[in-house]
Amino acid sequence: MVRLEKRANPSRLWSVATPVLAVVLTMIAGGILFAMLGKDPVAAIRTIFWDPLFNPQFAAYSRPQLLVKAGPLILIAIGLALGFRAGVWNIGAEGQYVVGALVGAATGLALYPMDSRLIFPLMVVAGGLGGLLWAMIPALLRTMFRTNEILVSLLLVYVAQSLLASMALGALRNPQGGGFPGSRNLSQWASSANPELVAGTGMHWGVVAAFISVIGAYVLLQRHMLGFSIRLAGQAPRAARFAGVSPTRLVIVCFGISGALAGLAGLFEVTGPAGQISLDFAQGYGFTAIIVAFLGRLNPVGILLAGLLMALTYIGGELAQFMLGLPAAAIQAFQGMLLFFLLAVDILTNYRIRWTKREAA
Amino acid sequence: MTGARALLQLEGLTKAYPGVVANSGIGFTIRAGEVHALLGENGAGKSTLVKMIYGLVRPDAGRMLLNGADYAPDRPATARKAGVGMVFQHFSLFDAMTVAENVALGMELPPPMRELAAQIRATSINYGLPLDPDRIVGDLSAGERQRVEIVRCLLQDPRLLIMDEPTSVLTPQEVDILFRTLRKLAAEGTAILYISHKLEEIRTICDHATILRRGKVVATCTPAERTARELAEMMVGTVLTPPARPAAPKGDIALEVNGLSAPSPIPFGTALKNIRLSVRAGEVLGIAGVAGNGQDELLLALNGELRCASDIVRINGKSIGHRGPRGRRHAGLVAAPEERLGHAAAPDMTLTENAVLSGAQRRKLVRRGFIDWRRARTFAEEIIREFDVRTPGTEVAARALSGGNLQKFVVGRELSQDPAVIVINQPTWGVDAAAAASIRQAILDRAAAGAAIIVISQDLDELLEIADSFAALNEGHLTEPRPVAGLTVEQIGLMMGGVHGMEAANGPA
Repeated sequence: MVRLEKRANPSRLWSVATPVLAVVLTMIAGGILFAMLGKDPVAAIRTIFWDPLFNPQFAAYSRPQLLVKAGPLILIAIGLALGFRAGVWNIGAEGQYVVGALVGAATGLALYPMDSRLIFPLMVVAGGLGGLLWAMIPALLRTMFRTNEILVSLLLVYVAQSLLASMALGALRNPQGGGFPGSRNLSQWASSANPELVAGTGMHWGVVAAFISVIGAYVLLQRHMLGFSIRLAGQAPRAARFAGVSPTRLVIVCFGISGALAGLAGLFEVTGPAGQISLDFAQGYGFTAIIVAFLGRLNPVGILLAGLLMALTYIGGELAQFMLGLPAAAIQAFQGMLLFFLLAVDILTNYRIRWTKREAA
Repeated sequence: MTGARALLQLEGLTKAYPGVVANSGIGFTIRAGEVHALLGENGAGKSTLVKMIYGLVRPDAGRMLLNGADYAPDRPATARKAGVGMVFQHFSLFDAMTVAENVALGMELPPPMRELAAQIRATSINYGLPLDPDRIVGDLSAGERQRVEIVRCLLQDPRLLIMDEPTSVLTPQEVDILFRTLRKLAAEGTAILYISHKLEEIRTICDHATILRRGKVVATCTPAERTARELAEMMVGTVLTPPARPAAPKGDIALEVNGLSAPSPIPFGTALKNIRLSVRAGEVLGIAGVAGNGQDELLLALNGELRCASDIVRINGKSIGHRGPRGRRHAGLVAAPEERLGHAAAPDMTLTENAVLSGAQRRKLVRRGFIDWRRARTFAEEIIREFDVRTPGTEVAARALSGGNLQKFVVGRELSQDPAVIVINQPTWGVDAAAAASIRQAILDRAAAGAAIIVISQDLDELLEIADSFAALNEGHLTEPRPVAGLTVEQIGLMMGGVHGMEAANGPA
């Protein structure tokens, strides 16, 4: 009989090994899934994980895409992870991402066509603030009226999406766009553009911000009292109150940080890779970042790696759809398996498996 | 009682857990009609042994004989059927249900409610433990809840009744009543296995004692023929020195509480009602009370987890009632809550991190918001050294420590912060006698160094040993503090609320 036994100390080995094991298990189960769909599993796995980076035919296009896609995922996931560590559940990063982009873009467009190097930094600040303010709605409702922050933040995503549609069709619509929905192209206006910084890498200011956020979060959690309070509140809420951590303050700080980072991600996206506010601007980064945060075990360095891996499965998944004719649903199932296996093997960190003979009753 | 037939014989009982042998070759005999004490420090193996007798744990080796027949219960229901009942230290009762419903829940085939209620009434009066079957358990005092547990066992007509630390929730008067009940049971031929730390009680009530140390039987004796000191030394295996208390002049009032009332943040907790007290520098105020009479709430209100109007709590004349735990630590107040794991310490964090948890402010472990981990580790090492915490190192999760060692760490952490005021709830709960003595000594040393100290405890002997003045919490009220010198146990008992819910039997108290 298999029995789980709690470890006295969490296993360091397994906390590192479980993500790797989860990826391997996902490849195996995914391979079986692809084989059942009548595709060559080895070719499919290779197309997803190998070709985007190393196949000379595709790499020139897809390698920069890795950072373009990983940047916002990492930036958002870092903010979410801080909250998740503290037991504060912001599920609405997608909405904060959209509102950040809207507020930032609107700030820039209000100054159009002025020519100033201060416009882009101003838009960055406005984008962060937009996300932050949107996140304050669930945070304040939770602290003042004890509403459930999971529900409120999630539902506000749909509000944000409606707001996006109305802006793309209304206030922010390009007056010279011939009536098509969508704003002016911000990436083509020098004052607001968020260009590729090093040609062929996909590196833009959002990716830089993501890297900075990884380092910042790492230092915060390891060295700073706020990071300590966050970890304490998540692990032992009563001990946190004993230590003097204010739960109210923590909810507001965590929502503030995660909202601001999501807003920044939206702003960098709308001024760079996306280029404009449009109906299909929201790509689901805010939701995928939740997976990235957990895949990275809520650890900043882990999230960096998880963000890159997740981006790879996106790019590779698209490639596999295109090259092998795999259905999009199969790719999504594949990504879902990754989270599933991660959570399933995660138990090995805190528990060990014992094989015991069943005692005679 | 000697010469009575053997009821339960234990032979060579052994049980090992990973890394520790909890019981090794335990053998002794309990006779019908005797009150048999099982003595031992925490971790000596008492609970493992009792769990084997009650069918919660199966022994690795050895055997048990009940009335001469093989007895190997695989679960508590089997044990109960064989006539073995147990009253646990922590009650397994549902607050929202009536007494009778709770009793019915523990039975295999409960009789109809009305019949059961009549049985409960009859049995409880017969044994001098009056109980109203229709009352809601959530409204009962701890002593009355224990009565529910005992009556529940008695209805099954047990031949062996196991009682685990039964008096920790009782006032002295209630203890007397319990002892009368136990004597009546013994006279009827029921054997009682009585587990306790309280040596004076064991000397009063028990006919025989078996003493365990590190999982083995190290001695048997007749408790009445030994002094409490001798019993303690048999338990610990060394000679104990009582704490020394240098007489020190008392200073100015360090802590003042003026009319503190607060609702309880704990479900089914007790609200604090108009608490007034003051403690001088160098003074130890002992607060007694049966569990659940507001002790936890009082600690929360003093350490700042519960806030109040600023003037209600003053430290050295400064109003700090509106401040939270950090502000109060700055003002000089430290606190050690009763629950070590989860409240005083974060289970999954290392000892270094747990040192930061409450030591950050006074030990200046944080500079400009950044934690100085080297200083933190040094602080943790200091606590481990000075308070003899047994641990492989500072980078060990708190939950890996035994209860007693973690308690030494938690108390040591608070005492090492050069505090002006110290509040400790249950300083030596679950700690072995030697460690308890060293914790009490450390508390007295702090008092001698000029700290004002409040010790909340359910152990009266402990309070009388270390406190200068004494007060009792009873349903959220605090009695007027009185000097310990000259207090009698009867007076203390009355301060603690006398006997709860005995009006029916004894007339108005």
